[in-house]
Amino acid sequence: MAHDTSYTDQKFNVIGSRVSRPDGVDKVTGRARYGADATAPGQLVGLILRSPHAHAKIKKIDTSKAEKLAGVKAVVTSADLPDLTGGDRSMLDILENSMARDRALYDGHAVAAVAAIDRATAKKALKLIKVTYQVLPHVTDVDEAMKPGAPIVQPHIRTPGDKSDQPSNVSGVVPFGHGDIDAGFAEADVIVEKSYKTEQTHQGYIEPHACMASVSSDGSGELWVTTQGHFSFRNVCSTLLGMDVAKLKVTSSEIGGGFGGKTHVWMEPVALCLSRKANRPVKVVMSREEVFRASGPTSSTSMDIKIGAKKDGTITAASAQLRYQGGAFPGIWGMLGAMTSFACYDIKNVKTVGYDVLVNRPKVAAYRAPSAPMAAFGVESTMDLVAAEIGMNAIDFRLKNAASEGSKASYGPTYGPIGIKPTLEAVKNHPHMKAKLKKNQGRGMACGFWFNFGGQTCTDLNIGIDGTVSLTVGTVDVGGSRASMSLIAAEELGISYEQVKTHIGDTASLGHNDTTEGSRGTFSSGMATIFAARDAIEVLKQRAALMWEIPVADVVWEAGSALAVGAAHGNLTPLSLADIARKSPTTGGPIAGHNEVVADNAGVSFASHICDIEVDPETGGTKVIRYTVVQDAGKAIHPDYVEGQFQGGAAQGIGWALNEEYIYGEDGRLQNPGFLDYRIPVCSDLPFIDTKILEIPNPNHPYGVRGVGETSIVPPLAAIGNALSNAAGVRMDHVPMSPPRILKALEALN
Amino acid sequence: MLQVQVSSSISQALDGATTIALNAQTVSELMSKLSERYPRMQRQLDEGIAVSINGQIYRDNWQVAIPADAEVYLLPRIPGG
Repeated sequence: MAHDTSYTDQKFNVIGSRVSRPDGVDKVTGRARYGADATAPGQLVGLILRSPHAHAKIKKIDTSKAEKLAGVKAVVTSADLPDLTGGDRSMLDILENSMARDRALYDGHAVAAVAAIDRATAKKALKLIKVTYQVLPHVTDVDEAMKPGAPIVQPHIRTPGDKSDQPSNVSGVVPFGHGDIDAGFAEADVIVEKSYKTEQTHQGYIEPHACMASVSSDGSGELWVTTQGHFSFRNVCSTLLGMDVAKLKVTSSEIGGGFGGKTHVWMEPVALCLSRKANRPVKVVMSREEVFRASGPTSSTSMDIKIGAKKDGTITAASAQLRYQGGAFPGIWGMLGAMTSFACYDIKNVKTVGYDVLVNRPKVAAYRAPSAPMAAFGVESTMDLVAAEIGMNAIDFRLKNAASEGSKASYGPTYGPIGIKPTLEAVKNHPHMKAKLKKNQGRGMACGFWFNFGGQTCTDLNIGIDGTVSLTVGTVDVGGSRASMSLIAAEELGISYEQVKTHIGDTASLGHNDTTEGSRGTFSSGMATIFAARDAIEVLKQRAALMWEIPVADVVWEAGSALAVGAAHGNLTPLSLADIARKSPTTGGPIAGHNEVVADNAGVSFASHICDIEVDPETGGTKVIRYTVVQDAGKAIHPDYVEGQFQGGAAQGIGWALNEEYIYGEDGRLQNPGFLDYRIPVCSDLPFIDTKILEIPNPNHPYGVRGVGETSIVPPLAAIGNALSNAAGVRMDHVPMSPPRILKALEALN
Repeated sequence: MLQVQVSSSISQALDGATTIALNAQTVSELMSKLSERYPRMQRQLDEGIAVSINGQIYRDNWQVAIPADAEVYLLPRIPGG
């Protein structure tokens, strides 16, 4: 049954309360079961042999000695993973990334795998596999990869629109925009052009990739895995392995962070292949080094930004050329940069071009508002430069040009109701903006945009005999959505939060659910939960009518009880949910609600951040001393978690801005695949991150919810860059803005 | 008659057209007519596409109605993190 998804300004009882997190006790006591925590009778240990070369032809793989080693139960190479993709190139890319075929395309690319009775035996077997490589020229820098004569990563790739039919590393050239930028720049009183670079970063989730695969000789299988999307993992793995979708059950474990990196399949097809060959369960757990070398970081980029404005602050034209490397496989990361770069602003003449570029690095994966933070770094840094040129306050300059309802977005459509101006006004009036700064300290701010999505969602709600409620959703809980779902079910049913327990269902328990990405978990599963609860209420009313022997039309549901309305029923005592549940065996059996929905129309999201930073001019060292996030949440179902998302995005952005960086040697090998040399921020590196939740209802959700998970990582690079510029008097144009780069910039200034 | 605007990454499958005039009352009907008129569009549809109707972005709901005077914009399907 189709339900009306419109916002209704419903008054809430439990929505918006800060209840205890349902997964908290298990997580702090070690009971929570993550990807590596699965066990099965007869399980084997799976390990993967990876290429030590950035680019090499695989001439021969001799596995004979490994296969003969006692305790080894299976050895697989690409020969065990034939191409069953039926010409689907994107699926073949996933297969080739999980196991190299004729060439190793990056340092860490899988070339073979073993399953053995224990880790020591598996490690010994890996050493017995002899791979004969022919080393090929490589390229790891995005600009170098675009030059004529650069080593070609994928010979079948051609630059779109290039009629020469020559292999190229440019897999995508995607322009967006409208108006006449030449005319717009001709109108400008001030034009600022600047180029920027950002280095590659990893999502930095603490839990490594891990899975347990078990394939039976009857062709059915199970996969326990840490993932953001077990339904899509099922679809991809069943295609690659030639299995029936319904015969592969995928269960998502508790997840120790994903941030987009666990929306992609990595070694899971290999684990299934090993299990099928060994006829035993196989557990594969990546080491931290493997996570860095062989799962998906975000793009490194280079970009040219140009903004022209009149002296009154009106932007007359803006353009951006954005070059994003996607690792060894085609992506759409440059396209996303081009779409998001100027999305905060209402610009009459705007043109952006995103370039997707292949290099010999691991396949790039989504990372929280993928591609938007880098583009925002370039655009928001240049916005500050233009504001300074025309002598205008940076916030006022942004407010003057901020998009609003009816503005034509730089990526095409016309905006509906949006919240960029309210976030800017909140920043302008925030006490943070008025606080005094000390010597060597500076303040900066920046804006950010992300799309947000909904998608396919399926939810079951079952009422127990005692009146407690079991809610099963199919969107993996990456950021606290189980608490939010319980709150929503409690709100609809009129019961307490404690009476609801939310579970994440496996792929055999529910219809398809899209991956938890695009900030969709609470938006879409929340919508399905509302409707499932309302379905259950209809059943509860029918049961009450049966118990009272009155027409169901005379029963209403209020505050968790069925009430009989009308003068004829005035003496009937209300029936609580528990009263009705207790009688359910004799009134028709189990009471349940169900909903499947395509929860589109998630509503775009905006944020504005303020950062204060202190710079040590002698060492280039920096310290973020104050940070404030202002973002529109539509409606905060559980404010603690919303604030947590805001703070988490800012914390990741601070690490990205100041420290994190993939460092490749001239040999094309990753030099820092570990948290010792790839330094993410720890608590002592961060100030308390203040938050302000704006609630501008999304007209397309019954509660007004918007996604909140991603936008908070978009402004930090630029907010920090602008703060640094104001603190040190030098404009930083290369992320991370690490001490050596700051010192170099200061030396150049002096 | 709807004036369907097309982002550049999709226009390649539509022989370079950036605006297409056609009648469609739902997203499903719109997609059907596009793939009929431009067979190369089918690959784009298989890979995923998003439709903005008056600024609201739909990725999967092809049953949604398109008002007669709506602004319709075809966009690539966008992933999240």
